[in-house]
Amino acid sequence: MSSLEIRHLKKSFGALKVTDDVSLDVRSGELHAIIGPNGAGKTTFISQLSGQLASDSGDILLDGQSIMRLSMPKRVHLGLARSFQITQVLPHFTVLENVAVAVQARSGSSFRFFSPVAGDAALNARAMAALGEAGLADRADVQASALSHGEHRRLELAIALATEPRVLLLDEPLAGVGGEDADAFVAGLARLKSRFTMVLIEHDMDAVFRLADRVSVLVYGRIIATGTPEEVRSDPQVRAAYLGEEEEEVA
Amino acid sequence: MADATIPHAAPMRRPLAGRVKAAVVLFAIFAALPPVAAALDDPFFVLIGTRILAYAIAAMALDLILGYGAMVSFGHAAYLGFGTYAVAILSSYGVHDIFLQTAAAILVSALFALVTGAISLRTRGVYFIMITLAFGQMAFFFFISLSAYGGDDGYGLAQRSTLLGSDMLENDFALFYATLATLVALFWACHRIVGSRFGRVLTGIRENPTRMEAIGYSPFRFQLAAFVISGCMTSIAGVFLANQAEFVSPAFMSWHRSGELIVMVVLGGIGTLSGAIGGAVAALLLEEALGALTEHWRLWFGLFLVLMVLYSPNGIAGLVKQVANRGRKS
Repeated sequence: MSSLEIRHLKKSFGALKVTDDVSLDVRSGELHAIIGPNGAGKTTFISQLSGQLASDSGDILLDGQSIMRLSMPKRVHLGLARSFQITQVLPHFTVLENVAVAVQARSGSSFRFFSPVAGDAALNARAMAALGEAGLADRADVQASALSHGEHRRLELAIALATEPRVLLLDEPLAGVGGEDADAFVAGLARLKSRFTMVLIEHDMDAVFRLADRVSVLVYGRIIATGTPEEVRSDPQVRAAYLGEEEEEVA
Repeated sequence: MADATIPHAAPMRRPLAGRVKAAVVLFAIFAALPPVAAALDDPFFVLIGTRILAYAIAAMALDLILGYGAMVSFGHAAYLGFGTYAVAILSSYGVHDIFLQTAAAILVSALFALVTGAISLRTRGVYFIMITLAFGQMAFFFFISLSAYGGDDGYGLAQRSTLLGSDMLENDFALFYATLATLVALFWACHRIVGSRFGRVLTGIRENPTRMEAIGYSPFRFQLAAFVISGCMTSIAGVFLANQAEFVSPAFMSWHRSGELIVMVVLGGIGTLSGAIGGAVAALLLEEALGALTEHWRLWFGLFLVLMVLYSPNGIAGLVKQVANRGRKS
């Protein structure tokens, strides 16, 4: 298990401070949810953590070691994986190939030019295991572009799992998934909880309060509260800024 | 969620199998060409055939990066040039052995591809096209200014390359079969590369570079390696072109030539390898046939290209696949 410490992280786009001095400890083994209204800067924050987006200043420590200056691929090799809010797959690859290429990134050299990769049983077996955990094993041989939206979300998760992460960054894994599908997905995430440290961005409040050990609330690039789901739920500032609106909408 | 963790020896979809079949058919037709030409008493066909085979090697090498790596190199004729001048320059120093000449061509091409590729790959899309074009033109003008080898006018070879000390390649038939054997070997190599771990990463980068970075791949290293491999293979085509023409000139490396290579790949079907071979055959045969009919053949060739791109964007390979599928259904 690994921990993630974020120290005074900043990011501006022009005059707009998207991440405004965020400090946060993600403890080893916890599932830490980050919630906030639209435009709060949640995806930007995840992109900074994963290295897809360079930060202006601050520091990110994975198990006490700074990863600020590392590229996204290097952070992945240290065990920091992310899933995307907008599904990022290899559309002309099969589902299995999408996952097997992620396994390959962590096992052996990819500068092998001659042996056929399609029949590599070790890669395929580990890819199938990840697909099984994401509930997509029966769709292994389908071309990724032919999957339904819900299946894409599962593939997104399977790919992240296949990189053997120590810390998993999940950017709205439930985006656009509804009903029973969502329930099954949440149950699947709950099973993964004990194995990885997870940072979860999610709009579905039910899912967040069922899964999270701790919740941080991000509003206009600042963390306004961090605590257990109950603490956050009863925080007056949070209610004013965010949850209140939601509950009124529901009511 | 289902929990099927079956070790899976994946019966994966195999689009490559059809491509291999198509290539084998093409190779068989090539192999039959010299006896037919001999029977027709028209050895000129064999010389044209050798030229087609050499361009097929170059187009296939370009397809490796254009089709599988989404790198549109507009300077690939430079590598044809390195191959042709490796023959001419070494030959002028009395080194006629084709293996030594090829090794020199590959060495120079690898260095050129490594340096220009490392710079070009910092850019994307149309900028990549422009910067490879610029490097290609630099190589072109370097050989134009090489007055010891005729500069602009080119340089005639005193003799063809030797193979294991024998001058058998002076025979047009032998040169043809040597070129064909090289094409077959390089096709096999490309086919293996495309299906390897490396090939899967290269194709993945083409499909979605963000995804590949997010699972831990740095696209640059893989793209650069493919760029170097492609450049080296293209230079081998140049070695055979020089022998076929018994003449080298900077015209082999002009940007028109780079454009023709792209046309061959697109015409044949991007990302299919055998399509690039078919594209080279179709482009050069059309050039010969239309050229014999009218001096405005480029106009008709252009019209043909427009129709192909509009009605069969997957090129000749796409057409063949459609016909094959229809045949299977009926």
